[in-house]
Amino acid sequence: MSSHAGWEAVIGLEIHTQLATQSKIFSGAATAFGAEPNSQACAVDLGLPGVLPVLNAEAVRMAALFGLAVGAHVALESTFDRKNYFYPDLPKGYQISQLAQPIVSGGAVVIAVGEGDKAVQKTIHLTRAHLEEDAGKSLHEDFAGATGIDLNRAGTPLIEIVSEPEMSSAAEAVAYARKIHAMVQYLGICDGNMQEGSFRVDANVSVRRRGDTQLGTRTEVKNVNSFRFLERAIDYEINRQIELIEDGGRVQQQTRLYDPNKDETRMMRTKEAADDYRYFPDPDLLPVIIKPETLEAWRASLPELPDAKAARYQAHYGLSAYDSSVLTSAKQTAAYFEQTLAAMGKAGDAKLVANWVTGTLAAQLNKEGLEISLSPVPADLLAQLLLRVVDNTLSNKLAKEVFDAVWAGEGTPDGIIEARGLKQITDTGAIEAMVGAILAEHPDKVAEYRAGKDKLFGFFVGLVMKAAKGKANPQQLNDVLKSSLGSCGEEGGV
Amino acid sequence: MSYHLKTLTQLRAGLASRAFSARELTVSFLNRMAAHDGGLNSFITQTPEQALLAADLADKRLAAGETGPLLGIPYAHKDIFCTAGVRTTCASKMLGNWVAPYDASVHQKLAAAGAVMLGKTNMDEFAMGSSNENSAFGAVKNPWDHTAVPVGSSGGSAAAFAARLVPIATGSDTGGSIRQPAAYCGITGIKPTYGRVSRFGMIAYASSLDQGGVLGVSAADCAVMLQAMAGHDARDSTSAPVPVPDYVAQLNQPMAGLRIGVPRQWFTQGLSVSVAARIDDALLELEALGATRVAIDLPDAPLALAAYYLIAPAEASSNLSRFDGVRFGHRCADPQDLNDLYERSRSEGFGAEVQRRILIGTYALSAGYYDAFYVRAQRARRQIAAHFASAFAHCDVIAGPVAPNVAFDLGAHSKDPATMYLEDIYTIPVNLAGLPGMSIPVGFAGGRPVGMQLIGPAFTESRLLSVAHHYQQHTDWHQQIPNAYREDVV
Repeated sequence: MSSHAGWEAVIGLEIHTQLATQSKIFSGAATAFGAEPNSQACAVDLGLPGVLPVLNAEAVRMAALFGLAVGAHVALESTFDRKNYFYPDLPKGYQISQLAQPIVSGGAVVIAVGEGDKAVQKTIHLTRAHLEEDAGKSLHEDFAGATGIDLNRAGTPLIEIVSEPEMSSAAEAVAYARKIHAMVQYLGICDGNMQEGSFRVDANVSVRRRGDTQLGTRTEVKNVNSFRFLERAIDYEINRQIELIEDGGRVQQQTRLYDPNKDETRMMRTKEAADDYRYFPDPDLLPVIIKPETLEAWRASLPELPDAKAARYQAHYGLSAYDSSVLTSAKQTAAYFEQTLAAMGKAGDAKLVANWVTGTLAAQLNKEGLEISLSPVPADLLAQLLLRVVDNTLSNKLAKEVFDAVWAGEGTPDGIIEARGLKQITDTGAIEAMVGAILAEHPDKVAEYRAGKDKLFGFFVGLVMKAAKGKANPQQLNDVLKSSLGSCGEEGGV
Repeated sequence: MSYHLKTLTQLRAGLASRAFSARELTVSFLNRMAAHDGGLNSFITQTPEQALLAADLADKRLAAGETGPLLGIPYAHKDIFCTAGVRTTCASKMLGNWVAPYDASVHQKLAAAGAVMLGKTNMDEFAMGSSNENSAFGAVKNPWDHTAVPVGSSGGSAAAFAARLVPIATGSDTGGSIRQPAAYCGITGIKPTYGRVSRFGMIAYASSLDQGGVLGVSAADCAVMLQAMAGHDARDSTSAPVPVPDYVAQLNQPMAGLRIGVPRQWFTQGLSVSVAARIDDALLELEALGATRVAIDLPDAPLALAAYYLIAPAEASSNLSRFDGVRFGHRCADPQDLNDLYERSRSEGFGAEVQRRILIGTYALSAGYYDAFYVRAQRARRQIAAHFASAFAHCDVIAGPVAPNVAFDLGAHSKDPATMYLEDIYTIPVNLAGLPGMSIPVGFAGGRPVGMQLIGPAFTESRLLSVAHHYQQHTDWHQQIPNAYREDVV
C-alpha cells in the first residue's frame, strides 16, 4: 500500500466459524474432522426425501455467546431461511441460513493497529452473525474427469460473522480476524483450526482515491487458510486493483481465489449478474425462541475475554500493554502463561514468564510452525526452568541452553542441569580463585588495563567464563573481577 | 366372509376372538386387489409377501393374548410415506425404484401397532394435482365410474378403499388431497390439524401445508386409524406437542346445541346446484339431530386459491431441488456437464404438472417478485386464518362443500390447469389456516358421490369425528359400495 499514496483500501470480512458442537446443526450425525468420506452423513445431511431438520440447541447457545461477547444484540426470536442454489455438495439444493432475522446483529471489537508501544486502538463494528449449515466438499483433484463429493461437512453448524467495511489495510484485517479468532476460542465455541477449515475468512476488498466518499467495486477473496495468507492475499488484491485502475481499467465484481503457491489471487467467477438465491422462510423450522432468563444465564457464563484479561495483566502483574495484548491474543497463550506462573508458586515472576513466553518460546514455536498447545516445552517444565533462573542456578544464557535441551526432548530442566553439570557457580570464593588464576596468567594485560585500556575488561570476563565453562554467575564475576583488578594494582605495584 | 363389508371394530373383534386370522384377512384383501386393481390402477406397489409376514407376526401377537385396535388389520399406504425395504415413488419417474433407508414416523407407528401394509397407492406425482392423472404410473379410475377421475392427490388410496380392496388407507392433504378424493369416491376422509401427524418420512410437497391423514368407511374407523398416527414427534419440528385425545371414546359427544356455521359465500357462484342440494339435505339431518345452523362469512376463498398457488409452488420449488440426479433418483444418461446433468435429469424425471409448479414457485420467489407474490400471499394467509378465527366465535363446526362439482371425466381438464385448480377452492383455505377438515359422503349427483366438508378449530378432530359419527349413525351414504365391488372375491 505504501507505494500507492493517494489511494485507500476498504475491507470487510466474512468469517465462517464452525461451531464446536458434538453433532450437526440439524441432525444427530457427528461433526469430527477427517473421518472417511461420507461416513458422518446421515439421511438428513444427505437430503434424502422425507427427512426433516431438527435444530441443535447447543449451536444456538454458542451463537448467542458470541453475540454477548461482542456486545451485540442477541435476538430473542430469530428465524431460518432457505438459500436456494444448485451445487453437488449442497444436498438439498438449498442451504438453511438466517437472512431476515439473524440471531446476532451489531456488536464491535477493538483491534490494535501497529506494533509495540506505537499501536493505536481501532473499533471495528460487526454487521451481524447468523447461524447456518455448512455445505459438503467437492473434491476435484482426486478423480480424473469426475468430482468426488464428501458430505461429512454438510450440516456442520456455522456462524457467519460479517463485519462492516471498516478496515483499511491488510494488517488491520488480520488484526480483526485474529481478534475474532481469539474470541471464539476463549468462548470455547470453535476450535479455530484454519487448516481444517474451522475458521474461514473471506475478504471483501475495494479501493478508492483518498477523499472519495463512494465505495469502489469490490472483489471477494476466498481460500485463505492462514492469517499470513490473508495478509498477503489482501495486499495482492489492493495492489492489483489500484494498478488496474491506474492503467485505465475497471474493477469487476468477482469472487477471486488466493493461490498461496503463486502468491496471487485469480478469478473464480464474476458476480456481475447478481445471484438470486430466492431466500424464503424455511417452513420446516419454527422460530428460534430464547427466553430472557436463558440469555441472562448465558451472559453470566461468559468467560474472561481477551481485552479484560489484558487489562488484568497490566494492572495485576505490571506487564506492558503490548506484552499483555500478545499474551492474551490467543486463549492458549494466555493459559500457558497463567499455568507457568502458577506452577512457579511463590517464586513466580510475571515479567520473567512474559518475557520467555513472548520471546524465546514464541520464536521457537514460530520457527517450527507449532501451536503453543503442542509446545515440546510444556508450561510446567518452563516453570521449573524459570525457577532455576530465579534462584540463580542458571544464567539467562544457560537457561536458553537448558530450554533448547528440553525442547529437544532430553528431559526435565533439573535433570538436564544435573546431567550436564550446568549449575551456575555462585560461590564467591571459587570465582575469586578463578579470577586470581587468570589475572596471574596475564600480567601484561593487567598492566595495560590499569594503564587505562578499559576495553580489556571484557577480555578478562571471557577468559574467566571460559575457565568456568560458562557457569559462573555473570554478576558475581563482574564484581569480583572489578575489585580484583583494582586491588591487584594496589598490591602488585609492578 | 365378506371381510370387505366389515368395519375395523368388527374386524378387530373377529381377530380377537380368533374367528379368523390376520393371515386369512390379509389373503382375502390381497385377493380383492389381485382381482380388481388391474382396472383401477390404484396401487403403484403391492407388497403381498411382506404383508403375509406381517400378518403372521400379528397372528403370533394375537395368539399371545395381545390386543390392539390395529393389530392384524390390513391397510394401504399412500406412496408418499417412506417405507424401509419397499420402494417409495411419489408416483414420479424421478424416484422410480428408490428405497428409503428409514420408515416414516407414521409407518413406524402403524407397524408397531401391528397393522399390515398391503401396498402403496397411486397418487398425483409428488401430491400435485386434483385429478390423480398426474402420475408416472398412469391415471387412477374412480370405482363408481371408470370414465371419471377419483380426484387427487390421494386418489389411489381413495379408489382402493372405495372398491374395498383395503379396509382403510392413509393419505396426505396439502390443499385438499384427502378430502376431495374422499368426496368424489364416496368415502370418509380426515385431514387433521397441521402438526397433529408427523411429517417425518412423508415426502414434502409444500411443508407448511402438508398433513398426513386417513381415508376409510366412517368417522369411527378413521378415529381408530388417526389415533395410531397422531402425536408429537421430535423428528418433526412442526409437529405439535399437544396431547392426543381418545378419538374413539369421544365419538358420541352431544349434538344438542352444536352450532354449525355455513359460509354464505361458499353457496353462491360456481357451486353445482345438485351438490348444494345434497349438502342442504345433510345439514337438515344434522339439525334434526340437535344442531343449529348459523350463517357465517368466509369471504376470501378466491384469495385463498391465489395465495395457495403461490405458497405451495414456492415451497415445492425448494423442496424438490434435492432431486438433482446427483445422489439418488433419476439421472439422465451421459451428462455432458453439471448443468446438463441437472437439466436433463429434472426434465426427464419430473412430469408436466410438477415442472409447472416448480417454475411458478421459482418465479414467485425470485428477486423483484418475492414481495409482490410470496410476501403478499403470506399476508393473505394470515387474513384467511383470522377470518376462520372470527367465524369460530359464532359456531363450533363449519360445514360446506368439498368441491364445486362431482367427479369429472378423465382428461376433462388436462389441458386447462387453471380450471382444475378451481376444484380446490373450498379445501385450500383449511390448509392455509392449518385447521382440521373432514369429508363425509352425503349422497349422489348424476350417479357420482357428493361429499360434505366439516371444518373445526385447531385440534378439534374429536368434535369433527363426533359430528360425522352422529350423521353416519342415521344415514347409510358411507356404506354405499359401487356394484362392481360389492361381491366377495373367491
